[in-house]
Amino acid sequence: MGQTIVASLKDIRKTYYMGALSVEVLHGISLDFYEGEYISIMGPSGCGKSTLMNILGCLDKPTAGTYYLGGEDTSEMDDDELSTIRGARLGFIFQSYNLIQQLNVLENIEMPLFYQGYSEADSHEIAIGLAQRVGLDDRIDHKPFELSGGQQQRVAIARALAVDPLIILADEPTGNLDTRSGAEILDLFDELNQQGKTLIMITHSDELAERSPRWVRMRDGMVESDDRRNS
Amino acid sequence: MTVLGIVIGVAAVIAMLAVSEGASFEAQQQFRDLGANNILLKSVKPAEVEESSNQGFGPPQAIVYGLTIADVETIRDSIPGISNVIASRIVKKNVWHLGNSMNTDVVGTAVDYPTSRNYNLRSGRFFSETEMRDHANVVVLSDEVANVLFPIDNPLRLSIKIDSDYYNVIGIMESEGFSNLGQNQAGSSNAAPSRIFIPFTSSKSRFGETTTRQTAGGMERETVELHEAIIQIDNQEGVIETGEIIEQILARRHKDVDYAIEVPLALLRQAEESALRDQIVAGAIAGISLLVGGIGIMNIMLASVTERTREIGIRRALGAKKRDIITQFLIEAVILSGVGGLIGVVLGIAIPFIISAFWGMTTIVTPVAPLLAFSISAMIGVVFGIYPSMRAADMDPVEALRHE
Repeated sequence: MGQTIVASLKDIRKTYYMGALSVEVLHGISLDFYEGEYISIMGPSGCGKSTLMNILGCLDKPTAGTYYLGGEDTSEMDDDELSTIRGARLGFIFQSYNLIQQLNVLENIEMPLFYQGYSEADSHEIAIGLAQRVGLDDRIDHKPFELSGGQQQRVAIARALAVDPLIILADEPTGNLDTRSGAEILDLFDELNQQGKTLIMITHSDELAERSPRWVRMRDGMVESDDRRNS
Repeated sequence: MTVLGIVIGVAAVIAMLAVSEGASFEAQQQFRDLGANNILLKSVKPAEVEESSNQGFGPPQAIVYGLTIADVETIRDSIPGISNVIASRIVKKNVWHLGNSMNTDVVGTAVDYPTSRNYNLRSGRFFSETEMRDHANVVVLSDEVANVLFPIDNPLRLSIKIDSDYYNVIGIMESEGFSNLGQNQAGSSNAAPSRIFIPFTSSKSRFGETTTRQTAGGMERETVELHEAIIQIDNQEGVIETGEIIEQILARRHKDVDYAIEVPLALLRQAEESALRDQIVAGAIAGISLLVGGIGIMNIMLASVTERTREIGIRRALGAKKRDIITQFLIEAVILSGVGGLIGVVLGIAIPFIISAFWGMTTIVTPVAPLLAFSISAMIGVVFGIYPSMRAADMDPVEALRHE
């Protein structure tokens, strides 16, 4: 395991306010993620893992506590800075792929690069390389609806890798896939991890979680256990 | 369908600008023909006199009315800045050549009449000072009269007959420019589509001062010294003021209002003002269509934003800032309204052509109009795209990503 901390959560709390009613979903979460780690965060639905994912992804801000991403304190950042850090340091993989339907494979992969201000030629080159890496170089001008679920998810992975992010966040990446396609995606994750990518995967399945070297189990907005496989 | 409002608005802007531009050009052309430096005076039969002449039996008395030579001389001598005065007598006569005849206005006038009204001679010449002095029987025909009396021959050097006298044709004048516009506005009964011109002196000695006219009620005799006078002013700036002074002089000298004064420049100003009013009305109509079009754009953009909530969430997650989202949707709105604008420009240029073709109106599409209209349509896109774009940008990324 690498010794550099890429992300660090310190006593993260999240409260949702609905009129007079307030619900605390996260009751003080403290976790450190190291470079090159492959972590699964699991727990039953309603345990707060999605909220945690949103905070890790800088899509949402914690009510209290601090979140350091790549050594930067994100709690004080404004909307523009959060957008920039999302685009530059994070890669997202969603359960429902979230590709843009009007754009083809290549354009989807290029999207994060566009917002980082890469030149068209550069982003083109990067995107073609990534399409090759996920085995879709013969589909670059297909639209998402012309692809199978597994293929779409691989486009999403290529898109997540485009800016060479610090962390790849995967939210139930195999949730919409059949077993075989799911297994292929998980194999791809293993491969990426072996190449040194830091991966955080959210899942509700113990079976999936235990595939990864480290798994964090959540319950009722708190960390229940944080285990590493000793191998 | 969505861009229809923009299309109509833009087309309306261009078409209306073209029509009003054409109309004001036409009006200006007409007034320029009358002469911007001229003041026109006309004799008008006063209403009271007409009534009294219809009473009683026996041969009707000659009605005496209108401008006199003395009037014109007073005006010329008392107002500085008058460069020339051209007085005319207009008598309605049957004119003959062989078997062809025509009832027309015979204008007895001065030698510089054509230059004063910017009329051009098509062929031949106008009469000279000598012919004026000699009370010569010479005539200049207008195109129309020439065409009726001389359907085949060249009328030059031939002669026409008026009453029992023969007149040599020495010139043909362009009919263009005999606009009825001024005459109608002055309420004169002398309006005629065609005229022929003889020396003032000849008119006086051949026809006399009293003329007999056939009317519905019988014969009508009237004595009019001058029917028309053109007063030329040196300086255009003094025209309107001089017109007022002349009016005062005439008011003092005439018991009845048996004259009409017409200042083309003042009419031109009025025409310009009314053209401006037309443009304001046209602008308001175009504005309303554009407003409706803009609201249409806003509607479709709002629908698009809602439909693409998920996409907005994805883009935000992938690093798009709020202003990136705003830019994206603004560009889309501008493209939408720009396409409408483009169609509108095409239509707007076509409409004036159709108007010109079917109604013979002068329309002028200045290059500024389509440019202006198109930029307005693009601006509509921006203005009405802002709100939907802001809505898109202000969405919470988490909510947007969860949107189905």
